[in-house]
Amino acid sequence: MSQIKTMQQLFKRERRSGDLIFALLFLAFAIFLLANIGNQTQWVKGTKLVSQPSFWPAISLAGMTLFGILHLIGSILSPRIYGRLKEIGFWLRSLEYVSWFLAYVWLVPIIGYLLATLIFMPLLVFRAGYREKRLLLLSMIIGLTIVVVFKSFLSVKIPGGMIYEYLPDAMRSFMLINF
Amino acid sequence: MELLLAAIDNLLRWDVLVALLIGSIGGVLIGAIPGVGAAVAIAILLPATFSLEPLVGLTLLLGIYGSSMYGGSIPAILINTPGTAVNALTTYDGYPMTQRNEARRALSLAYSASFMGGVFSVICLMLLSPLLALIAPHFGSREIFLAALLGIILVVLAHRGKVFAAGMLVCFGIFLNNIGLEPMRYTKRYTFEQSWLASGVDLIVVILGLFALSQAFLLLVKKDERPEAARVSGGIFQGLKELWLYKRVATVASSFGVVMGMIPGVGEFTAQFMSYTYAQKTSKTPEQFGKGSPEGLVSSEAANNAVPAAAMIPLLALGIPGEALTAMMLSVFYVHNVIPGPQLFQNQMDFVMALYIALLLLNVMVLIFLLFSTNMILKVIRIPTRFLGVVILTLSFVGVYSLRNSMTDCIIAAVFGVFGLILKRLDLPTVPIILGMVLGNIMEVKLRSSMPRVKTPLDFIDRPIAAILFGIILIVIFMHIRSVVKEYRSTKQDEV
Repeated sequence: MSQIKTMQQLFKRERRSGDLIFALLFLAFAIFLLANIGNQTQWVKGTKLVSQPSFWPAISLAGMTLFGILHLIGSILSPRIYGRLKEIGFWLRSLEYVSWFLAYVWLVPIIGYLLATLIFMPLLVFRAGYREKRLLLLSMIIGLTIVVVFKSFLSVKIPGGMIYEYLPDAMRSFMLINF
Repeated sequence: MELLLAAIDNLLRWDVLVALLIGSIGGVLIGAIPGVGAAVAIAILLPATFSLEPLVGLTLLLGIYGSSMYGGSIPAILINTPGTAVNALTTYDGYPMTQRNEARRALSLAYSASFMGGVFSVICLMLLSPLLALIAPHFGSREIFLAALLGIILVVLAHRGKVFAAGMLVCFGIFLNNIGLEPMRYTKRYTFEQSWLASGVDLIVVILGLFALSQAFLLLVKKDERPEAARVSGGIFQGLKELWLYKRVATVASSFGVVMGMIPGVGEFTAQFMSYTYAQKTSKTPEQFGKGSPEGLVSSEAANNAVPAAAMIPLLALGIPGEALTAMMLSVFYVHNVIPGPQLFQNQMDFVMALYIALLLLNVMVLIFLLFSTNMILKVIRIPTRFLGVVILTLSFVGVYSLRNSMTDCIIAAVFGVFGLILKRLDLPTVPIILGMVLGNIMEVKLRSSMPRVKTPLDFIDRPIAAILFGIILIVIFMHIRSVVKEYRSTKQDEV
């Protein structure tokens, strides 16, 4: 009993709700990767151990597993904080914004960077709960500024929209270069 | 002297000066907005700087890095919310001063102390340069491998109370770097027969996911906040004079910042903690600490602002980044085929010196800007947090998509965004992942290239610098184990 108590004192730490789930998932992921080391890396005959393609994956995955186990032990032995499900719900709610982001990425090559940004920003601002016209307009101005700064001035590599093909020649090249 | 003139010549170009101006003012504004921070801004701007010249791109990023902590002190003092994580200690004494109607004095002291820390650090960097140029060429593959290993160990051990989590995340970073084609024999590693994994996981994509997208998701999912800060009236030049009263604290704190900044993985938090403890122990009014002590404020701000310039030392001299922001900057060097490390000090010292002078100029620009525009910055602090999330999300797109115009990159970044959000919610660190990726790559390459000359394990440390580094690694591990045992014994005694 005293042994268990000693161990508990060594591993005890502050933790947040959801920590145990994360520790379990991370360890499972590390073990899955480690179990696949044989078929996901190669062993080259006549090559020194440190030059083997599997050397660093083995080191990193062993580390992930070892520290993952220790982290999990710490999580189990630390005082529980309630609200695990609520916390997981919070993580999952972020997926909505992941889909917003990916929809934006999908739209840019179709309708163009400028139009996609001018639609995306006010829509997301509206979704975020802002109804004031001032903020919706401000989001459009910021969107326009972002496009002008990055695409027109800094010339970052963002392709023109497919709809630009339907524009007159002069207009099309202007839009392709700047927006 | 010739070197100095060449460096000034490098800097006196309109594009470099504009980058410095935008970086320094932008950094202050970004730092002042709680929930953004330099890491988010640098992650977003990183791909955009690839098209700029190395000095222009690096000056822009350095400007943001070096000035964000100045801005971060404003909300820390006025609304008890640190603008950047490293300004957390500033709230201890800054906010109580605001409550005592001394906001103007607190801000003025914070700016002055930050300026002192920043300039002190750059001067140290300049003075150390000849020494670094002398030592750096003695770093061969073995020494760089050991220095990177030391960096990894320090990163893990610096996260007190979260060492296991930091350990597993740093190993995860090393693993991420292993995905794709292995560099020597081009065999596939962990691609699961997926073509999109063959080119590996891009560092910038992971950075953008973990720092920018995660922050955007977090701000969007969380309840909306609209911080309010009252206007500051009157001039704020008095701090420059008042700092003279606390010159000892400011100098010691800046020195802590320089030393801690140079050590990979340690950084601002340890520097602040040590200088704050020193200031409290040597103060005539230690009871005032945490209740609005000017000395506490000075020690915290001087220490954290001394770190950025010092953190450039391992990056420039050895090519080893000590924390996430310098790891991001490393990719700018690589993109432009400027390889930081011993060769840089030998062949491009004018470039290195130009960076130092840029850092010096940056501190002057920021101080002037802050002395006249604090009330304007207060408007930026008031931006509602969910609105800010929308802006960060839109900006993150530029960063991720402009790399390779790849939807896959965006999906990977979004996955890391969610992962970063989970880590932030659990109060687990994200920096070890980035450092694991960068330092893991360095370790793999350097260990391989050093092996032909190593016949027995002892050959690995038969050169003086390698032996010293190995000794430091052993000492660091021993000290950590000793402190854990000590802590454990004292807890046990308390319970008895």
